[in-house]
Amino acid sequence: MTAAAFGAVAETPSPPRRRAWMRSEEARGLAMVSPTFLYALALLFLPVLIVIAYSFWTQNYLDIDRTFTLENYRQALTEPIYRDLFVRSLWISLTVSIVTVVFSYPVAWFISFHGGVHKNLWLFLVTVPCWTSYLLRVMSWKIILGYGGVMNTGLISMGLIDKPVTSLLYNSNAVVITLVHSWAAFAILPIYVSLQKVDRTLIEAARDLGDSRVRAFFRVTLPLSLPGVISAFLIVMIPTVGDYVTPRLVGGKDGVMIATAIQAQFGKGANWPLGAALSVTTMILVSLAAAAVVLALKFTVRRIK
Amino acid sequence: MTLFTQRLRFIPWLPVYVAVYFLFLYLPILLLPVFSFNNAATTTFPLAGFTTKWYGTLAGNSVMMEAAWNSLIVGISVSLLSTILGICAARAITRYRFRGQRAATGFIMAPLFLPEIIVAVSLLMIVLAMGVELSLFTVILGQTVFCVPYAMSVLVSGFEGFDRSLEEASYDLGETAIGTFRRVTLPVVAPAIVSSLLVTFTISLDEFILAFFLSGTEPTLPVYIWGQLRFAAKLPGVLALGTIMLVASILMLTLAEILRRRTERRTQMAHMLP
Amino acid sequence: MSDRAMIQIEKVSKFYGIYMALDDVSLSIGEGEFFSLLGPSGCGKTTLLRSIAGFETPTAGEIYIDGVPSLALPPNKRPTNMVFQSYAIFPHLDVAENVAYGLKRLKLSPEEEKKRVGDALDMVRLSGLGQRKAHELSGGQRQRVALARALVMRPKVLLLDEPLSALDKKLREEMQVELRTLQKAVGITFILVTHDQYEALALSDRIAVMFGGRIAQIASPKEIYQRPRTRKVADFLGGMNFLNAKVLGEQANAVSVDAARFGAVNLVKPQGFAAASGHVTVGIRPERLRLLWDDDRAPHELTGRIENRAYFGEVTHLTVGIDGLEQPLSMVETNNFGADDLPVGAEIRLAYDPDAFVLLAEDPPVSRV
Repeated sequence: MTAAAFGAVAETPSPPRRRAWMRSEEARGLAMVSPTFLYALALLFLPVLIVIAYSFWTQNYLDIDRTFTLENYRQALTEPIYRDLFVRSLWISLTVSIVTVVFSYPVAWFISFHGGVHKNLWLFLVTVPCWTSYLLRVMSWKIILGYGGVMNTGLISMGLIDKPVTSLLYNSNAVVITLVHSWAAFAILPIYVSLQKVDRTLIEAARDLGDSRVRAFFRVTLPLSLPGVISAFLIVMIPTVGDYVTPRLVGGKDGVMIATAIQAQFGKGANWPLGAALSVTTMILVSLAAAAVVLALKFTVRRIK
Repeated sequence: MTLFTQRLRFIPWLPVYVAVYFLFLYLPILLLPVFSFNNAATTTFPLAGFTTKWYGTLAGNSVMMEAAWNSLIVGISVSLLSTILGICAARAITRYRFRGQRAATGFIMAPLFLPEIIVAVSLLMIVLAMGVELSLFTVILGQTVFCVPYAMSVLVSGFEGFDRSLEEASYDLGETAIGTFRRVTLPVVAPAIVSSLLVTFTISLDEFILAFFLSGTEPTLPVYIWGQLRFAAKLPGVLALGTIMLVASILMLTLAEILRRRTERRTQMAHMLP
Repeated sequence: MSDRAMIQIEKVSKFYGIYMALDDVSLSIGEGEFFSLLGPSGCGKTTLLRSIAGFETPTAGEIYIDGVPSLALPPNKRPTNMVFQSYAIFPHLDVAENVAYGLKRLKLSPEEEKKRVGDALDMVRLSGLGQRKAHELSGGQRQRVALARALVMRPKVLLLDEPLSALDKKLREEMQVELRTLQKAVGITFILVTHDQYEALALSDRIAVMFGGRIAQIASPKEIYQRPRTRKVADFLGGMNFLNAKVLGEQANAVSVDAARFGAVNLVKPQGFAAASGHVTVGIRPERLRLLWDDDRAPHELTGRIENRAYFGEVTHLTVGIDGLEQPLSMVETNNFGADDLPVGAEIRLAYDPDAFVLLAEDPPVSRV
């Protein structure tokens, strides 16, 4: 897709003009970007193609039967265990992305509008927890939410509860909380960037024309920052659907997600084609869900007049 | 009652909210150090007194040391490779205009928008399909794909403000293209490059999924930690290790940020008007 | 200043896609000349300058620098140096290192290099600031560093791309004087790109006014101000009262016209003049009209009424309505005699010099491919 378009572009110049073209800005730009592009092509695009190919093959005991089949997709879509995992994974990633974006927006707004001269410092503080070990952060949530954990002991010492609450850990809520924490910065950054691009005089104009602060926000700031909101959604929703560590550590039985099933096909289960089909299905489903969310968002914002 | 609602209005809700949000962000990563110095094998309050014994247990742990060594090798290789690739791409998109630019950029940035497990699985498949043994080398290849987008973001922000006339001035004063790159471009953007090296090293150091799938029998630190998590008794030791990694990450990220800002200042200043 | 051509531009055109930045430009600039390219933004002046420097490659034509066809030469092989609009001071180097940047390629002895850097800094009055970093310099100082860095290369031609536009008014005027002095001292060709007509007038030996990728007129400052060839040139260089006049007669070097209330006026006939319809546009600069007080008498007088008045400190701009003229006249009076106290509506008399009128040719239609 992108690769094909890119290749076609490189072929454009006709032979007589080739020398002039070689010296041109375009040629130099293409030459400059090509090592990185080729690397991504070889280690991202090609592997994905292989996954897609595998998803139509069959695992025999030790080798792969390369005749085309939809059997893997039939299994992925009809077996209750996978269906439940898909539904839960999508549900969790949708919840996580909505919660993350909604809770992060005010922070991005605060930094953009009230960050003063220290905007960069604020952004740095937002990103630091995000760039420290993912595994350790998830583990930390386990400590916080556990039976004898920080949350329970804290609540008991405040006298709010008598005995530890068991429902904090090992369920999808714990997964959602942990993921929201992990992806906070990824939501704040794009929203912040788009808020920075909002011309402040537009808001002043709206106020001047009679809007209250709140109305001006909904009629001007929010629609103009929509691109940031959308990329925040995508950058949180798509990766979280395939999260492996969080469900394994804090999800328990009720919080298992599709990544566990995919991993199993490449480990003990050793059914690569099924694993590939599960991966492809995950990508398709999450893309559809994300597209639906984006459309819904655009529609809602357009309704605000 | 009216007095009460009036009082409510004077509470700066937004800053309070932001403070709570930051507490939520930082609480988990601050707990690790706290419990790593706690003189108890369990992670519950109240704390049982101060100890450094968990750090002591790390020193004699040869398996962990080996994992740390592996992480170091992977981290250095990944940061170099992804920064070099990032330089090419960032230079291409900030300096030149060409058709397919957006598509190429989007493609290179794609790993940011993909579930990591799918990247990991697909890499695993291609690596094994090509008959390559899983090793640190495959981890390096995989993590580089994942780190290039971050390297590129850091570098683009450093290159963006770069005044083109600086390079033109250099040509004008008789310097060649290569000489210009060496004497002007590189020194001016050097901090951004170092910043990218630090950021990608940090990401590689903390990266788990790709390493988990691609490392074979040579674990990196996160893979080692994952293995230890099954044993409750080893938790404090893991926390101590985690604390060390945390401090290292924060130090490197801080340094990276300082350098990134220095480039930004430099490049902006070059065409700042008085 | 000799007559030898240092820069010879022959039929140079430059297209950006379908946009024509330079349209068949030819001109010649002498050795030791201070030459300005003047025009509004987008007129092609910067493209032309950058073509001389080697940063743009014209689509057609040739540029000779000191007799050498130079289009094939990269910027680093041309005997020209440039002062950039942004100054492009290398931020990672100090002042002396910036100035020495180009010298490093010449492999001079350390003493020689040091001497040349020192001399260059003396020349721009920056001696003693060699160790300063770029960010510690003021706007004027950066400009001097950029000048020293270019001049230290002893170029045959110095190219200046809007070098003063980033400075505030007072500093700009100071630097104008300095730039002119500097050019006289080093004696090399300076080519200045500017959109500020006063700057061009004050600095140059000759000015080329450009519009839409073409050269509208090349002349000395005085001639270009007093004898603009077209209405657009006249307008760009300052205020001008335009009148529609009827051609009465034509001689070898002169044209006589009926300039409405100004009566019959004899005008210098421009080269290639041909009145299309018997009607022409003539112009007179506002300062060539003079207020007459009580007993003042002048050979050529008109009466009118003040319609508008604007106070500018040292001068007052008046708009004067005259019966029988379609447009009111603009005039500029120094505030010595009380022009700033004249009320709007006051009846006044004004004097004019018929020789101050100039005949303006039609502007060529703007061509865009």
